[in-house]
Amino acid sequence: MSSKHTITVTVNGKSYERLVEARVTLADFLRNELDLTGTHLGCEHGVCGACTILLNGEAVRSCSLLAVQADGAELLTVEGLARGAELHPLQQAFQDQHALQCGFCTPGFLMTAYAFLKERPKPTETEVREAISGNLCRCTGYLPIVKAILQAAGKTTT
Amino acid sequence: MAKPYIGAPIKRREDIRFITGKGTYADDIKLPGMLHAAILRSPRAHARIRSIDTAQARAIPGVVWIFTLKDIGEMAVPVPMRMYKVPGLERYLQPLLARDKVRYMGEPVAVVVAESRYLAEDALDAIEVEYEDLPEVLELRAAMRNEVLVHEENGTNLAAVHEISIGDAARAFEKADYVRREEFRVHRHTGNPMETRGLVANFDVGKRELTAYGMTKLLHYNRQVIASFLKLPEHNLHFIENDIGGGFGIRGELYPEDFLIPFASMRLGRPVKWIEDRREHLMAANHSREVTCELEIAAKKDGTLLALRARIYGNMGAYVRTHGGLVPCSTAALLPGPYRIPNYQCKVHCVITNKTGMGTYRAPGRYESCFFRERMLDMMAADLEIDPVDLRRKNLIQPEEMPYEIGLTRPGTNPTVLDSGNYPSALNRALKEFDYDKLRPLQGRFENGRYHGIGLAYFVKNTGGLEPYEGARVVLRDGPSVTVYLSINVLGQGHETAMAQICADALGVPMDWISVFHGNTDLVPFGWGTFASRGTVMGGSALHLAAQGLKKKILTIAGDHLGAGPAELDLQEGKIYRKGTEAPALDLGKLVALVRHSTMHNQGQPELEETAYFNSNKMTHSYGVHLAHVAVDPETGMVEILKYMVVEDVGRCINPLLVHGQAVGAAVQGIGGTLLEELVYGENGQLLTTTFRDYVLPSSTDVPAIESVVLEEVPSPLNPLGVKGAGEGGMVGTGAALANAVSYALSSLGVEIKELPLSPDKVRALIRRRSAEQAR
Repeated sequence: MSSKHTITVTVNGKSYERLVEARVTLADFLRNELDLTGTHLGCEHGVCGACTILLNGEAVRSCSLLAVQADGAELLTVEGLARGAELHPLQQAFQDQHALQCGFCTPGFLMTAYAFLKERPKPTETEVREAISGNLCRCTGYLPIVKAILQAAGKTTT
Repeated sequence: MAKPYIGAPIKRREDIRFITGKGTYADDIKLPGMLHAAILRSPRAHARIRSIDTAQARAIPGVVWIFTLKDIGEMAVPVPMRMYKVPGLERYLQPLLARDKVRYMGEPVAVVVAESRYLAEDALDAIEVEYEDLPEVLELRAAMRNEVLVHEENGTNLAAVHEISIGDAARAFEKADYVRREEFRVHRHTGNPMETRGLVANFDVGKRELTAYGMTKLLHYNRQVIASFLKLPEHNLHFIENDIGGGFGIRGELYPEDFLIPFASMRLGRPVKWIEDRREHLMAANHSREVTCELEIAAKKDGTLLALRARIYGNMGAYVRTHGGLVPCSTAALLPGPYRIPNYQCKVHCVITNKTGMGTYRAPGRYESCFFRERMLDMMAADLEIDPVDLRRKNLIQPEEMPYEIGLTRPGTNPTVLDSGNYPSALNRALKEFDYDKLRPLQGRFENGRYHGIGLAYFVKNTGGLEPYEGARVVLRDGPSVTVYLSINVLGQGHETAMAQICADALGVPMDWISVFHGNTDLVPFGWGTFASRGTVMGGSALHLAAQGLKKKILTIAGDHLGAGPAELDLQEGKIYRKGTEAPALDLGKLVALVRHSTMHNQGQPELEETAYFNSNKMTHSYGVHLAHVAVDPETGMVEILKYMVVEDVGRCINPLLVHGQAVGAAVQGIGGTLLEELVYGENGQLLTTTFRDYVLPSSTDVPAIESVVLEEVPSPLNPLGVKGAGEGGMVGTGAALANAVSYALSSLGVEIKELPLSPDKVRALIRRRSAEQAR
């Protein structure tokens, strides 16, 4: 078994202090300790991208990090994208373009795209495709996701 | 008349919960006192189990129970076949946990139940199993020699044979001007939904009721089987699917875990969760597609098809699973496709090997047979120097020949009848939309270091009465509002939106009044499920009938109240009108209030509801064409798709946004399966592709622009909506169209594709082999 550590994280603007086992992944911590189940696990080995979240503004795979590595960090998960009932332009674009079917990979795509658009607010289609090439979707065939991100890029200017 | 909802590209209402992270998938469910299970799986392909020692694992604090087959005792039934029960297959069913022997890598051996998933996995590491290795057999031909027997007690690896005989193929072959024989092979690959399998079972000790979450696809049938296993009445089980992260054939079938987890919960009296990891998924959930076909074709010299003769071999893996012989048998069933082929003879062999068991993957048997047939047609066209389009046109079944009976092609069922269609028209439309004539001069041309090829494939895809019925219940409530309860379930397709569209039109109410509930055995007592593109054909039709029935009831009550006959009234957008008048005579809110407060208005009943079942033992057939323009780099073997198009006549399109989404998504899966994905076995029967690093799924940079053209030229006469199913058409022709395109591209090098996948290494190897042969 493994030792326990107290960590403090800010998730979606809210601060949490928890005692965690050293071996607990960040994804399991978010899902099981904080009940933020919007972050999904599709492969648990860092390929599918379903567990993508933002750690200090950067897109990371939460399945491949330990919770203790996030001590002191600021995290953003899919639950933190909308402002109340108002969807983030990316979320709205995903619905408009039918960029999701089963919805399981969607949180990872949203978070990857969110980080990408912060860095590259006016991307080309090729850039969008490259940006999301580390996320797997089995339903949509990606084309509507690319369209949705381009649509959101037209709206997000920040 | 209000504008119909059917046919409108309405955005999905279910999206909101998914894009805000509020969906509820199996692993999101937490119950008080819940335990976590993990499965010990065989690392060997074929071995005798000498001993299993769980003592050390049991001693780990937090480990609650570890069990093997012995602990299940007399209850231990094998996982039964659900369909395609070809005689002989019943001897090869999978036990819930390995009995004396393991037969594939990934076979469940023991179950650990612990206070957390982490602890359960610790315990897996501490279980000691002593194996005595046996030689393994992985490939068809080797298995058919019976030198290594996977199930010794049966004395053979040939589990079953199914034969089809239509017309007189032998005679047709004798008389033919032209015959050709080829062997084709489709490789082993599978669905890989992004959410792995998983379930939570909660046995209520007091009520002796079991609630299981995460079940899907075939809730009612699965409940019946599990109830019988647990020796509980069926109504004591509640199967609930929640949100599901994709199906594609693989999910929702019964696997050993679907017995083991409820069994553990019942034994322990506590909720038990099991979530499969990806490695387990790749080695334990159904594999698919691995079928070899020796195909012979006979024709007149003008290209008129006379006969097909085939021997089909399915690599079933170590155990026959729920689908029975479906994959190879279904390959045989639709091998003649959309063509007039009067003589057809086929022998299907179900062969047992030391691989993972076989089940369906989106368009099972259809993808495979389309590749075999369409590839052979292109070879024949080249031999006879006939244009491949003309060859197809010449042999397509004509609209006036519909319905067209192919004959008995499936074991234990009705003859295969193509219900309706205008096949030539869809071909013409496809060629025009693709700009085929303009691209054709590029055929085989070498430009900028790459060979160009344009390939096409014609497909038909059956669905509908694969299982006999579906049900729906529609209730008008206060508000007024309408609730729809469906016997079918949803694996991500968007039924909550599409079904609301169907109900709104049939009932005559605004769509936003309607809530759609599904995926719970308590909602509608009988049903089958969502698979093989049948959701809208069967469930949608049941809903249409139920909504029409309720409308009739409503108009009768309104008529009594208004002093009019029901035929004089109409219901539109939630208001009752006297026909021919503009002002509403009664609104539904008022009608609901009348019935709620007194049963005198509705034959002694307070509720306004109607249940209907749609029954059918017939199949609808969507059809269409795939077209691909590829460029192949002879140095790397890399196939780049420059243009791809799917044209499909779905009979009637309920929501074009969703239907196009299905077509494009399926096409990308098919392209991935054709170019990238393969389940590869290595030495000692080890599955080498157990991560997404080894099993390569297509990503956003692998995907070409895909154009989807949805046709509604010929509605199906077999259901009230005219729909033909739209979930798989985008998949069926991918292997065939790409293989034809690559063959044209490399025709100057003498390469003819007969085997999938078309991964760079394989394509490059073919080029090299042909170059070496030609140099000799």
